[in-house]
Amino acid sequence: MAKKGWKRPPMTKERLKNQVLNVIGNPFNMIVFFTLIILFALIIIPLLSMVQNTFIVAKAELRSIPGAKIGDYTLYYWRYLLASPLTKTILWEPLLHSLLIGFFVTVISVPLGALMAWLMVRTDIPAKGLLSALILIPYMIPSWCKALSWLSVFRNELSGSYGVLTGLGIPVPDWLAYGPFAIIIVMTMHYYAFAYIMVSGALRSINSELEEMGEIQGANKLQILKSITLPLVLPSILSATIMTISKSIGSYGVAARLGNTIKYYVLATRMKEFINDSPKGVGYAMSILMILLAAGTIIVNQRLIGTRKSYATIGGKGTRSNLIPLRGAKWPMLIVITVFLVAAMVLPTFFLVMESFQIVPGGGYGLDNLTLYAWIGELENAPNPAFAQNGLFRNSEFFRALGNTVKLSLIASIITAVFGQFFGYITTRGRGKWYGNAVEQLIFIPYLMPGVAFSAIYFAMFSQPRLGGLIPSLYGTFLLILLVSVVKHFPFASRSGSSNMMQISVELEEAATINGAGFWRRIGSIVIPLAKNGFLSGFLLSFISIAKELDLIAILMTPANYTLSFLSFDYSKEAMPQVADAICIVIIAFILITNRIADRFGGNVSKSM
Amino acid sequence: MSKIVLSHIDKFYGDNHVLRDINLTIEDGDFMTLLGPSGCGKTTTLRVVSGLEKPQHGTMTIDDRVIIDADKAFYEAPSKRGLNLVFQSYALWPHMTVFQNVAFGLKIKKMKKAEIEETVMRALKTMRIEEYRGRYPNELSGGQQQRVAIARAIASSPKLLLLDEPLSNLDARLRIDMRAELKRLHKETGTTIIYVTHDQVEALTMSTRIALFKEGEISQIDTPLGIYTNPIDLQAADFIGNPRINFIDAKGYYDGDTLRVTSEFGVYVYPHETVKTDEEIPVNTEFDCVLGLRPEMVDIFTEDPQHRNTVPATVYANQPAGSETLVTLTVGGVEFLAIQVGLVDYDMNQNVFVVLHPGRMNVYNKETGRLIKYAKTKHKAGVDD
Repeated sequence: MAKKGWKRPPMTKERLKNQVLNVIGNPFNMIVFFTLIILFALIIIPLLSMVQNTFIVAKAELRSIPGAKIGDYTLYYWRYLLASPLTKTILWEPLLHSLLIGFFVTVISVPLGALMAWLMVRTDIPAKGLLSALILIPYMIPSWCKALSWLSVFRNELSGSYGVLTGLGIPVPDWLAYGPFAIIIVMTMHYYAFAYIMVSGALRSINSELEEMGEIQGANKLQILKSITLPLVLPSILSATIMTISKSIGSYGVAARLGNTIKYYVLATRMKEFINDSPKGVGYAMSILMILLAAGTIIVNQRLIGTRKSYATIGGKGTRSNLIPLRGAKWPMLIVITVFLVAAMVLPTFFLVMESFQIVPGGGYGLDNLTLYAWIGELENAPNPAFAQNGLFRNSEFFRALGNTVKLSLIASIITAVFGQFFGYITTRGRGKWYGNAVEQLIFIPYLMPGVAFSAIYFAMFSQPRLGGLIPSLYGTFLLILLVSVVKHFPFASRSGSSNMMQISVELEEAATINGAGFWRRIGSIVIPLAKNGFLSGFLLSFISIAKELDLIAILMTPANYTLSFLSFDYSKEAMPQVADAICIVIIAFILITNRIADRFGGNVSKSM
Repeated sequence: MSKIVLSHIDKFYGDNHVLRDINLTIEDGDFMTLLGPSGCGKTTTLRVVSGLEKPQHGTMTIDDRVIIDADKAFYEAPSKRGLNLVFQSYALWPHMTVFQNVAFGLKIKKMKKAEIEETVMRALKTMRIEEYRGRYPNELSGGQQQRVAIARAIASSPKLLLLDEPLSNLDARLRIDMRAELKRLHKETGTTIIYVTHDQVEALTMSTRIALFKEGEISQIDTPLGIYTNPIDLQAADFIGNPRINFIDAKGYYDGDTLRVTSEFGVYVYPHETVKTDEEIPVNTEFDCVLGLRPEMVDIFTEDPQHRNTVPATVYANQPAGSETLVTLTVGGVEFLAIQVGLVDYDMNQNVFVVLHPGRMNVYNKETGRLIKYAKTKHKAGVDD
């Protein structure tokens, strides 16, 4: 405290007593205190413990490291990863594949998303209402469901069962069915959403007067687009680019489904193999690399955008914006979007649904090949001996997974949403103060990590007893999966919480303070009633996200805890994909319905304020 | 009904020293206005009084009861200070009706239901909004919301009412209405009021006393008339009054008894009793000073009025505005503004005679910017001054 012209008064007994009372007597301070402890225990300690695990000899490697005892410090794992004959196969190749995929996904999906955003926000493209209702639906279909759908069309002999094309007698080469090409296409149909969401947000905030001014100066449409609109949305495009790279590099489900068959590995799939087999330490080391890679790109983004963000939100009074007439380009543009929607939404869903009714996958859609078996069949009456389990609605595994999914999503999203509101409260009320910044920074950490790497951290931390047995090994428990789901969704929930809290002006609370309301009274009578709708929509959105999660929990799964996503993923490895498809359809329906409800509450937030 | 004493209040935000040694006594029943441009610390002072901010140094008492003693880290809770606050944004709770908004604090005090009903309705009646009791804030106009905010603040019968720029979100007409309303409220309830504003008209029309803020310090505390007649420094003089005061460069000479000021208007000699002797004035040497001349103190004549303070002048520009006319005049190289009541028409470059009243002018030391000679108010000054 370098306050000029002011000396700290001498510490007297009374001053000390009052200071202590001031701190303790204010529940807010206590909440901040416990929040910091919780975040530290749930984020920092597991992270450090994983780092530590990469330097410590584990039981499985006792024989590989001569003379070592369990718990000795060692560079074995890092050397194994970075400087061994295997390095090329386990590190450089997967890394190259990840980067390649990240690069192409970004190069395709960012321009695609940005173009669609521009069309939807700034032009007079026909059927806008319908299109804007549909355009984000492909993103809601879990990416690995799209991978399953891709397989249902392009599978060849390698998979043990045929896809639609092979079934028709059209030979499908391996490079088309599996590997980078397929992964890039499927991910593009998913990650276009980042660019779409960010760019359309930026476009909406731009005052159309800026463009009209360009027109008055004599610029034509293309010049306006190039020298006014594009520079103004550039920060959002940059953001979307970085997000897309980071997400596609860290993604596990799609790469595993479409790559493992032909032994095409990326970092995420390689890492999971090491963690589920051994040496686990190498897997941990790889996940540290993944975190550095993902965190690095995001931090670069923050730096780059930080200084330029200022004009991304240039608003002004002109919310009414004049749409740009597309004229002759109207129909071609409409076709572009329609083709995209058909490819990313209609066809994947169609093939999943159809395949779920087939007796022999790839056997055509004739009546003789259709059955309800995958939905309601019993194993003894199976029309195809290759079916390995009952139809969905007679399958106890399905019901257990459904129960697990509902239990997990419900509990985890309630906890995340409640914590998110508290975090949001602390970060908005503590903006610019040390504790507000500290909470914000801590919460941001899980956001920097790919889901599969994040769960590796928890695996490292809790797959063995901790604190001298005080915390037993949590591997295989519901609690561990719950914990991971909650903490990984903290950044998201706290962002929704803080945007919610931002709408509740501090003065509303101060007015209550003046009228004699204490902290809890303020929370109860002012903050909660006003935060209700935002809380609900935040809750539903994390509910959806947890319900479809696969990457995050894949490492931690044991059969008793299978969720729908993982069950479907597991079934899809078998020769009979119909039941896996059916589960996908259930998940998609579930997501769309929940999203519809969330929309309703989201709409209320703006109306009620 | 209370007397508030703030002494040596210092407030920092980080390294930013926003309140510097604030000393202020507000007498029982005062309508004290904290006046100053934005960012000068007046709202912070109000928030310190309310308890929403804790100063790092200083004490505050209300009726001799210690409320703040920063050295002992003692800060009484806002709700135990017997005051209430009207926010600039009104801060009405959007999820509560007008009635619920006003009743909130009473409920916390565990007042009985019938009593709450009665108290709330009395407050609503005082602000003439009883018919809106069931409405939500977003169903009310700005002016009505303002009234609800005030009703909420007075419902608990506070001994001290704090108002933070309450009129700044209203349009010009409503502002005049609400000024009258607030003045009546002060008279009727007798409550001590602290009122924050950057609008000098509000300050001059409503207050019993004004504290003028400058960069985190109080530069002057006086009655509205006192502040208007004798602003303590050039900045205060420039800030108070609309249209602005005229500053005329001059040379001063002070022999320890009388002050002689020479300007384009001639030579004025001021007797010792009008000189502010506690200020820094160079003795027996010529120094730069500034004459402060209010536009309404200039009388314009087309014929020589045979007054001893007459100076010939030229009309530079003329702006009739209905109830008054603004006339820009030049005397030698000096340009200044005058106000005449009613519509008066002068031609450009017309030669006229102006009567100036040296006794009613302020004199400032140019180097320190401080007032060194008091002006007399019009009714105290003789015709000749």
